[in-house]
Parts: sequence; structure tokens; C-alpha cells
Amino acid sequence: MNKTVNPKDLTPVDDNGPLYAARKKVYPQSVSGTFRRIKWGLMVFCLGVYYFLPFVRWNRGLGAPSQAVLIDLPNSRFYFFFIELWPQEVYYFTGLLIVAAVALFLMNSVGGRIWCGYLCPQTVWTDLFYAVERFVEGDRRERMRKDKQAGSLTLKRVSEIAAKHTIWLMIAWWTGGAWVLYFSDAPTLVKDLLTFQAPMVAYIWIGILTATTYILAGYMREQVCTYMCPWPRIQAALTDEWALNVTYRYDRGEKRTSVKKAAELRALGEQVGDCVDCYQCVAVCPTGIDIRNGPQLECIQCGLCIDACDNVMTKIGRPKRLIGYDNDINIQRRQEGKAPIYRFVRARTVVYSAIIAAVGGIMIYTLATRSLLDVNVLHDRNPVAVKLSDGAIRNAYTVRLLNKSGYDRVIAIDVDGPANPTVHVIGVDSVTPDRPMIVIPRDSTSELRLLVTAPAENNPEKSIPVHFHVTDIGLGVVASTTDNFVEP
Amino acid sequence: MTDHQSEIDSVTGRATTGHEWDSIKELNTPLPRWWVTCFYLTIVWAIAYWVVYPAWPLISSNTTGLFGYSSRADVAVELANLEKIRGDKMAALGTASLADIEKDPALLALARAKGKTVFGDNCAPCHGSGAAGAKGFPNLNDDDWLWGGTLDQIMQTIQFGARSGHVKTHEGQMLAFGKDGVLKPDEIVTVANYVRSLSGLPTRNGYDAAKGEKIFADNCVACHGDGGKGNQELGAPNLTDKIWLYGSDEAVLIETITNGRAGVMPAWEGRLDPATIKAMAVYVHSLGGGK
Repeated sequence: MNKTVNPKDLTPVDDNGPLYAARKKVYPQSVSGTFRRIKWGLMVFCLGVYYFLPFVRWNRGLGAPSQAVLIDLPNSRFYFFFIELWPQEVYYFTGLLIVAAVALFLMNSVGGRIWCGYLCPQTVWTDLFYAVERFVEGDRRERMRKDKQAGSLTLKRVSEIAAKHTIWLMIAWWTGGAWVLYFSDAPTLVKDLLTFQAPMVAYIWIGILTATTYILAGYMREQVCTYMCPWPRIQAALTDEWALNVTYRYDRGEKRTSVKKAAELRALGEQVGDCVDCYQCVAVCPTGIDIRNGPQLECIQCGLCIDACDNVMTKIGRPKRLIGYDNDINIQRRQEGKAPIYRFVRARTVVYSAIIAAVGGIMIYTLATRSLLDVNVLHDRNPVAVKLSDGAIRNAYTVRLLNKSGYDRVIAIDVDGPANPTVHVIGVDSVTPDRPMIVIPRDSTSELRLLVTAPAENNPEKSIPVHFHVTDIGLGVVASTTDNFVEP
Repeated sequence: MTDHQSEIDSVTGRATTGHEWDSIKELNTPLPRWWVTCFYLTIVWAIAYWVVYPAWPLISSNTTGLFGYSSRADVAVELANLEKIRGDKMAALGTASLADIEKDPALLALARAKGKTVFGDNCAPCHGSGAAGAKGFPNLNDDDWLWGGTLDQIMQTIQFGARSGHVKTHEGQMLAFGKDGVLKPDEIVTVANYVRSLSGLPTRNGYDAAKGEKIFADNCVACHGDGGKGNQELGAPNLTDKIWLYGSDEAVLIETITNGRAGVMPAWEGRLDPATIKAMAVYVHSLGGGK
């Protein structure tokens, strides 16, 4: 039976207060351990790739850019090692984005927010900025103390603050600097940047990215993840009970008490938890939360609380992984005295893997089999057809030839469709009059005006399909397309 | 009045405007101060604008403003910049020969782009946007040319026009054989049928071919040549082919022979610069019919 509630008994919500909760500054403590080592390793790897990839060279032959990864906007080309993409092939990026999204889902259903905790740029740069802060100003307690004494500025304190921001800005500047290197030849641009010869747009972009890096990693930090990023909300909707997440194992943690008291209680044979309320997991947390409150939106699952707790458990002689990658099902199973089970092959992991395999497979297949010689034809619209003085019919077409390979091609154009056609390309006097031969320079397109003439009496149809075959004379590669031959 | 304005509404405790309709008074709700401030600022802004920029029309001109700004001058600067950007390429177009332009893919593309634009602005009203022509205005896509279809001949026609009044223009016209009394109506019908027979078109019943040939030889061959093959020196069309500028019906031919024809094309020399005329000649030639 529900008790009737008198509205007057309810505590009124204080609606005069502000809706904005002020940020509580986080002072993560340094920690060592397995996950910290993994994070260092991944940070070095990710930043190494980001900062140094533009300097990797790739030989594409004379006249072509020798940068392995290059987004060449003026010439609208994208280079990635042995791949060269044209603007019309931008759909490969769509595929890449699909794979990336589903890979994120897969990660999430296997090991929770792996992306957030280890790989996200926000996490990596924030981690780096915290390392700088710790290096210059000291660990958690010192930083808290120094912030409290903000009023008394000694020379040492001022120089510390200056040093920290200088290093931060240098990292931020380098971040922006590396970004622009992806859009131009890196060694040349570095030289130009240093001698102030680089284009203004490069400096502007470096400025923008310096500012975003400095602000996002230096000041906003965990607020980006908590308030700005949609992924915590999405991942909460995508997760299931089998996904491994950084979890406080309350089955062996509760109830919490001191080391001494726990030993006494254990000696008496009483039930007592391993958690000694040392708050190390809270102290190291870069988002300032208590993992013992269960899974929460703010938790980026970086695993640092696991390291912190493991260190304490080792010291007090209790088993490690009071905090670890686990899920509720297994906690409950352990409470019931059953062995934990881990199920990685589930409907969602299978479906996600299948999608990744399918999209990835299609992309690789289309990339491997794409033609490096292509032809597009556009029929003249005005006039559609021309009657000549001897009664013959002529149709004009704009032919665009694409040579995506790194060498010049000599191609021949064959036309079939109307009976007895003659073919002429404006400006081309070919040695083979009815089979015009043209050179298409490497990595470029050529636009030609092509005339097809056919006697009217042999072509009774109003509109006849006409096929254009473009043959690479040297390699025998053929590209074809179809249009119509129309009577006036 | 003043006491009304200071009257206070008892319910809201706010001043009323003092106006009363059916014993209902309106609360005085003045415009917000920021709004009024912005309004006055726009007036100040407008006055400043009158002083700085050209604003007031005078009898024969207008006030020029402090800085002498002119949007025409801006356009002139932009156009000058454009010419500077195009300078080299357009210069190449001016110096290269017509044949060389057509052989060089880059120059051909430039000439065709330039020619297409200029054609649309200047030639399309008569020849059509696709140069397909109309009755009395030649189709420039086909291979039948009144004044010749080589690059040089096309350029000459563009430069000086046809019957344009320019000293170098193409002259020669179809005489009005009927109107001038040179041929009688029945002779005109006969020769019209003869002309139709030249390109294999059917002729009227009871038409006298020998008489037609005789009339043609006496009157027409001077311009159209033996057998009616035409003469590009005089702009006399080839009467044996399948292309007819005004139409091939007997009625149209009778009209042509009776009243004559003298279509006019204006001269473009002096109106368009030489490089542009060259570009247009290449464009017209590359449409497909060029010889």
C-alpha cells in the first residue's frame, strides 16, 4: 500500500540557486603499475605517429610528392603510402568512418571505454599536460597546497607557473605545427615556418590548434569528456551486462574498515571487506570520481585506479584487483560462490566484427580493383545532333579521360554503335584517322571534344547506344563508357 | 494631460499612458532603453555614412563622400587584377597562330572557354546559344559555310562581318529577281523547281526541266556557279547540298528568288580585342564543322 504523501512534507527544491555547478579542480596523483605503463606506451606511440608521420617519405617517382601521408588540397589529391585518392573517391573515407564507428562499438562491448581511457586525443594530451604539471609543480598534495596559497606569490612559484605554461604552449604549438605538416611537404614547410616564409594560413591554423590544445588539455580537461563529448551517453546506451568495465568488486570490498580492525575481525571469523578506505583510487583519478560508487558517466576507464588499488593491496598483503576489469554478472556469481565466466563471443560482438569485416573487405576489394584509367562522356546538349551537307549525322561529345597512374599513357579511342562511324577529336591529327590516339599525362585528366559522324541512311533508329572504348596502347588496359547517338 | 500620464494603475502599480478607450486604460510600456539607444545610433550612423560615402544626388552628379569611394573603381581594380592573372595565357593566345592554338591542348581549352563565353554574350542572339542557328542565321556546327570554314576564313568573317558596312566586309547578295522584274512569276516557279532538283528534291508536276536549266544558266550561275555549287567569295550558297539557310520548300525558294536575300552579320573588329576574336574563331571552328 502506498502511503499518501502530503505535498507539504516534501522538501522543496531550492529553485533560487544557480543551475551551474562550479567545477571542482582535480589534482590526480601520480601512480605506477600495469595500466600506467600501458598508458605511457600508448601515449608515446600515438603522439609519435601524430608528430612524426608527416616526415615519413615515400618514393612515388619524379615530380610526385614524396610524403607518405599528404593531403594535397591545391591539387585535390590524398596520398597515403601506396594509395593515391582523387576527390571522386572520397567515399573510401565514408567506409573508413563506418569501420571506425563500429570498431568503437566493438571495443565498448568487449572492454568498455578503451577508446576514452587510452586512445582519445583528449585523454592523451590531458595526460601529457598533467605529466608536465606534475614535473614542474610536484604531485597532488603539493599542487593542492600551492593552489591554496595562491595569494603569496614567491619568485619560485611565479617561475614554476611560467615554466608550466611555457611547456604547455610549446607542446600545443607543436601539436598545431604537426597538423599543418599533413597538408604540405613537411621538411619544406618546417623550414618556411622557422624562417617566417610560410603562408599565412599555416600560421593561422597553428594558432587555432595551439589555442584548442592549450585550452582543452590545460584547462577544460575532464569537463570535455563529461559535458562536451556525446560518446559517454552513446556508450551507456550500447553497453550490456557482459562488457568488461573498470569495476570496484564490492563483493570482496565491503564492508570497508581499517587494516588493523579488519585483521581483528578476520581473526574472529567475521565477514569483512578488503577495501581499507585509503582513497588512493580517488586521488589518482583524472576525472575526480570515486569508482566505488559504481559505473558512472564521468569515468573514462583509464585503469589508473586499478594500479593505485593494486599497490595498496600488495602493501597490506591482500589479493590484487579489488578494482579491475569486470562486470556485475561475475560479481554476483562470486557472491553466490560460483566461478566467474567471461563471454566475449556474443551476438553484438559477432555482428560488430561482421560489419567491420564486410565494410573493410568491400573497401579493400574496391581499392585493389579500382581502375587507374577512366573515361566519362558528356553528350552535347545544344545542338543534340547536326545534319551535314551530305545528309550525314554528327554528334559531339565532351570526353574526359582520367589517368590516375604515375606515368603518361598513350591511349586510342574506339567508338562503336552507329553504322560506319567516323571519329574525330578536335586538335588531334592522328596517324590512324578513325582511331584517334592521345597522350594523357600522368596523374591528370584530359578533356577532349570528340565528333562522331555517321551516314543517316544506315542508322534508322532515332537514338542508338554508342560505346566509347579507351585503350592504353602500351598496357592494353581498357576503360569504357556508353552514351547515345541521336538523330536530329 | 500631465496628471493623466502620472496616473498609476492600481492592480499592477504601473503608470498608464493616460489614454482611455471605453474606460480601459493602457499601461505605459516604453521601448527598452537599449532599443532606443540603438535607434539613435543608427541615425548617427546614417549621417556619418552620408558624409563618408557617396550619398546625395545633385543636379548633374552626386556627393562623392570624404574618401571618394566608388564601386565602379572597385570593379575596375578587380578587372585589372583579373587581366593580370590571365595576362600570360591571353598573351599567348594573341601571339600564337590559329592552327597552333588548336594543336596545343592548353591553348585550345583556353580559347574554347573564352570563345564560349564571348559567343554567349555576343553571337547567341542570332546564332543560338549552341550555335545551332535558325532560319536565316547559319548553323555553325555543320560543315556548310557561306564564307568559308577554315580558321582564317571564320576569323575574317567575325572580324569584318557580312554586309556590315565595314570596308573589308563580305559583299554580295541574292538579287530580287521578281521584285526587280528580271524574271516573270512563272519563270521563278520553274527555276525554283530546278534548284530543288539540284539536291534531289522532288519537283512539281509538268515542270519544264530544260527551261529551268536555261533560266538558271542565264541568271544564277554568275554567283552560284555551274551546277549550283556556290561561291564562297560571294557568299553564294551551295544549292546542291542538304542544308538550306531559309528552307527548301518551293514557296520559300519562290520568295527568295522574288525578293532576294541579304542577311547581315555585324563586324566585331574594334568591339572585341584581337585575342578574343581569335579565341572565338577557334571556338566556332572546334564546334565540329570547321574545315
